Amino acid sequence: MSVNVANLSVAYRSRRGDVTAVDNVSFTLADGEIMGLAGESGSGKSTLGNALIYLDQRMKATGGTVTVDGRELPIADTRAMRPLRMTEVSLVPQYAMSALTPTRKIGQLITDLLKSHHVKDTREVLTEMQRRLELIGLTEGVLSKYSFELSGGMRQRVTIIMSTLLNPSLLIADEVTSALDVSTQRAVGEMLLEFRDRGYVKSVIAITHDLSILAQIADSIAIMYAGRLAEKASTEAIVNEPLHPYTQALIASLPEVGVRADQVTLTGIPGRPPSLADPPPGCRFRDRCPFAFDRCTQTPPFEEIKPGHHVACWKVSQERAAASGRPVVGQAAAEHAV
Amino acid sequence: MSTIKVDQVSKLYRATSRSGGLTPALRKVSFELPPGEVIALIGESGSGKTTIGKILLRLVQPTSGTVTFDGKDIATYSQRGLREYYRQVQGVFQDPFSSYNPIYRADRVFDMVRDVYFKGVSDSDWSARIEAALDAVALNPGDVLGKYPHQLSGGQQQRLLIARALLLDVKVLIADEIISMLDASTRVDVLNLLVKLKRQGLAILFITHDLSLGNYVSDRTIILRHGAIVEMGGTEKIFGNPQHEYTKMLLSAVPELHKKWQHSPLGPVAVVANGAAVAGQTIDGGPNVPVATALTQASLVDELTHAEQVVKRDLRAVLGGTRAVASGKSQVAMALEPPTLREFEPDHLVADPE
Amino acid sequence: MSESKAAAMPAPIGTVPVGPIGGTTVGRKHNDFIYYGLRNKKLIFGLGLELLLVLFAIIGPMIAKYGPQDFTGAQLQHPNGTYWLGTNTLGQDIFSQLANGIRESYLIGALGAVSAAVVGMALGFTAGWRGGILDEILQMITNIIVMLPSLVLLVVIGSYMTSKSILFEGIFIGLTTWPWVARAVRAQTFSLRSREFVEMAKLSGKRPVQIIVKDIAPNMASYLFLVVILLFGSSMLIAASYDFLGLGPTGTVSLGTMMNQAQSEAALLYHEWWWFIPPGAVLTAMVVALLVANVGLDEIFNPKLREQ
Repeated sequence: MSVNVANLSVAYRSRRGDVTAVDNVSFTLADGEIMGLAGESGSGKSTLGNALIYLDQRMKATGGTVTVDGRELPIADTRAMRPLRMTEVSLVPQYAMSALTPTRKIGQLITDLLKSHHVKDTREVLTEMQRRLELIGLTEGVLSKYSFELSGGMRQRVTIIMSTLLNPSLLIADEVTSALDVSTQRAVGEMLLEFRDRGYVKSVIAITHDLSILAQIADSIAIMYAGRLAEKASTEAIVNEPLHPYTQALIASLPEVGVRADQVTLTGIPGRPPSLADPPPGCRFRDRCPFAFDRCTQTPPFEEIKPGHHVACWKVSQERAAASGRPVVGQAAAEHAV
Repeated sequence: MSTIKVDQVSKLYRATSRSGGLTPALRKVSFELPPGEVIALIGESGSGKTTIGKILLRLVQPTSGTVTFDGKDIATYSQRGLREYYRQVQGVFQDPFSSYNPIYRADRVFDMVRDVYFKGVSDSDWSARIEAALDAVALNPGDVLGKYPHQLSGGQQQRLLIARALLLDVKVLIADEIISMLDASTRVDVLNLLVKLKRQGLAILFITHDLSLGNYVSDRTIILRHGAIVEMGGTEKIFGNPQHEYTKMLLSAVPELHKKWQHSPLGPVAVVANGAAVAGQTIDGGPNVPVATALTQASLVDELTHAEQVVKRDLRAVLGGTRAVASGKSQVAMALEPPTLREFEPDHLVADPE
Repeated sequence: MSESKAAAMPAPIGTVPVGPIGGTTVGRKHNDFIYYGLRNKKLIFGLGLELLLVLFAIIGPMIAKYGPQDFTGAQLQHPNGTYWLGTNTLGQDIFSQLANGIRESYLIGALGAVSAAVVGMALGFTAGWRGGILDEILQMITNIIVMLPSLVLLVVIGSYMTSKSILFEGIFIGLTTWPWVARAVRAQTFSLRSREFVEMAKLSGKRPVQIIVKDIAPNMASYLFLVVILLFGSSMLIAASYDFLGLGPTGTVSLGTMMNQAQSEAALLYHEWWWFIPPGAVLTAMVVALLVANVGLDEIFNPKLREQ
C-alpha cells in the first residue's frame, strides 16, 4: 500500500465553533494508482487533499492517520511536514496557475523552489526538468518568460512540472483541469498519465468535480459528500455500476456529446447539501435520497460491498446482506441503538 | 420578426504600446438568431464568444459590421430605444454571484426592472408577476425573496436572473457560460429550464465552451475559433459529421464518461498566429504520431500565439482605454479576413482551412 | 481574460454555509462590523478620545467665564481658580481660547473635509466611470492642483482680502486637497464599473448617475468613510499650520492662532507652559485619535488585517 488514510477527520475554526469538513475518511492508494476524489463544492474534497500536505492555522486534524510508503505523515505538525513537502507529498493547488508570482521569471521561480528545499544537485534536477518540459512540448523559452506571458494551460503545465520535479510519492492535484479549455484539459490530463507512467510520481489524488475527466485518467474514484466518503471503487465500477444513490444521481445528470434534450431528459438532484456546521444525524444524503428509509438516521458504515468497492449506504448494505445471507456490518450495534 | 441579425461584425483591439499588433477578437462574424431558436456558440478562450454576447447586449461596440434587431441597427438606438431593446433582449452571465450587488438583497434585481419598466404597476399586480416568473423557473418564492445573494446557491442565483429576464417577457436570451460555475446537480436543472423556455418560444444564444451542453440544448451550432466562424449549422450535423479539423479536434478532446479519449490519427492541424495562418506550419497527426503529442503540440502553439495576443490586449487595457480602430486601413483589413465559409451540405457551413 | 472558468471563485475555507458557490459573508457583514467594532481597541480608544474632545468643544465655551478675546486685565497668570489655564500677555483667558479654538478647528476640519469630498468624489466618479478623454482631462487637472503650492496661493489670495472667514479657510483647504480623494475614487470606480452587477444595472435600463449612486458608491462606502475621516484630520492640521503662520481667519481664535501668538511672544522662552502646551497637545490629540480610530476601522473593514 503506497498511501493509507485511516479515519482522517479535519476541522476548521470558525466564529461559531469547529466545523468538521472531513469526517472519518479512510481509503488506500496502491503504488502507481491515480485516484479521483470527486464531489461538489463544499463536499470537503479540497480540504481533504490539502490536509495531506499543509494544514493552515485555521484547520486542525482532529483524528486519524496518514501513511505514505509505510511512514506516517505528521500532518498536524506543520514544521515536521516541511522537509516532506515536494519530496514525499506534493500539491498542485487550486488556482495554481493564478498563483505564480508575476515578478519573477519561470526559471527563477524554479531555482527559488529548489533552493528553499535545500536541493544539493541543482544542475541534475534542472537537466531533468528540461527533459520533462520537452516531453510535454514546452521549450526552454518558457523559463525566461514571466507567468503572465503564458496562457492558462501553459501555466498549469509549468506548475505541474514544478510540483513533481523532486519525484514525490504522492501528488495531490486540486482542480487542475477546471479552468482550462477542452483541448488543454486533455493535454494536462494526459500529462498526468504520462508522468505517472514514467514514474515521476508514484500515486496521484486528482481532486475535481468533473467525473468525465476522471473517467479518462483515474484508475479509481472516490465520491465525497458533505465531508464523508459515499463510495469508492474502480473507475469502471463507478461509471458503469454505481451503487450509492448519490453517485447514481451524479452520473445520471451528466450530459454527453450526442445526447440531445429531445431524446433524453437529464435529471438533477433536488435540494442542497447539508450545512457542515450543523449536519443532520446519520446519513447526510438522507434528505435528498429517493431511497431513504428509517435506518438512514444512523450513520452508514463505509463497507466493502464487493472486492475493491466500498459504499456507505444502508440500502446497499442491506441488499448485499440479503443476497449473501451475511449480517450487515454494524447492524447489531444499530439495532442496539434503536 | 424579432430576429437578431449579426452582419460581418468585427472587434479589434489595438495595443497602444509601440510593438503594436492588432488583436482581432472577432473577425467578420455573421449569423442569424430567429425567434424560438437556440444556437450554441462554442469556442475556447480567446475565441471571441463572450465579446459577441456583449456586443449583442450593447455593452461593447463593434469595430465594424452591424447588428440588427427587427431590421433596425441596434447601434442607432436612442436612450429610449435601448430601453425598449432590453425589454426584448436580456443577458445572463457566467458568474451568478457577481451579477448581484452584494450589499443589497437578491430580489433587488427585480426592483431595478420595476423602476424602469413597470412604474405604474400596482403592488399586487407586481407580486403576481414575480410569482409567475419564479414559478416558471421552478423557484419557491419563500426560498429566494428577501434573501441576500450569498444566502442563495449558485443555481438559485442563476435561475433568479433568468426569472428577471422573464419578467420583461424577453424574446431573446443571451446566456454566456451560465452553467459552468454551477455544481453538477444544479446544472441539469438550469439546463432543463432553458429547454423548457425554448419550447415556449424563447430564442437563446447559448455561449459555452462545453460541447456536451451545447449539444444537449441547441438546434444549431456555431464553432468559433480566434474570432472567426469555422463551422456552422444544424447541431446534429455538426456533432454527427464534423468537417473542420478544429471541430474534430474539439470533439476528440471532450472527456466522456463511457469512452476513453480516442487515439486515432488527426488530419493536419493548422497553426494560427495573430489571426492568419503561419505559412507552411502544420502539426501532422499522421498514423505514427501519437495523437496526444499532436494535440499537445497544436494546442501549445495555438496557446503561445494566443497568449501573446492576450498579453498585448491586457497591456493595452492597463495602459489606457481601448481605442477602436476604424476599418479601411490595410493592416486592419488583412488581420480581419476570416476564412471563407462554404456550404458542405444544406444547413452546414464549413470554413476553409486557414 | 475570457478563460473558461468552471470553478473560478475561491471556495472560502472559513465560511460556514456549504451551498452557495463563491458566497462571502456580506449580509452578515453588518453584524460583523458591529461585533468587531466593539472589540477593536484602536477604534474604541480613538473614537472615545475624539468624542471627549468634541464634548469639550461643545460644552467648553459654554462654561468658560470669559470670551476668548476678552481682556480680563490679569496678564500672564498661572493657572489658578479664576483662570483655569491661566492667561496670556494680553490677559485673555487661555481656557476659553482653547475651548473656542477646538470648536473652530472642528468646524474648519469639517468644512475642508466636506468640500474636498464633494469635489473629489464628483470628479473621481465622473473620471472613473467615463474613462477616455474626459478621464485624461480630469487627471490633468488633478495633477495641476496637486502641484500648486497651496501655501503660496493662500498668501497671494489672502493679501487681497481684508478679512478672512472660517468659511473661506475651510473651502480653500477643501479645494486644495480634493485631488487625493479624486484619485482614490477614480481608481475604485474604474475597477467597479466592469463588475457584472454594473452590467446588470445597465441591462435594466438604469442611467449612469443612478448606477454610480446606487451601485458603485455603496460598494466603496467603507473606503469613502475612511477617506473622509483622514480628510478631516488633515484639514485640521493644515488649518492649524496656516493659522500658525498668520494666514488664518481674522477676528477669531483658533488653536493655530494661539500657537502663533505664543510663539511671537516667546512663551517657550519664558516658560509660559500653560500657553503653548495646551493648544499643541490638544491638536495632536484630536488628530492622533482620528488616525488611530481610522486604523481600527480599516482593520474592521478589511478582515485580513485583523490580528486574529
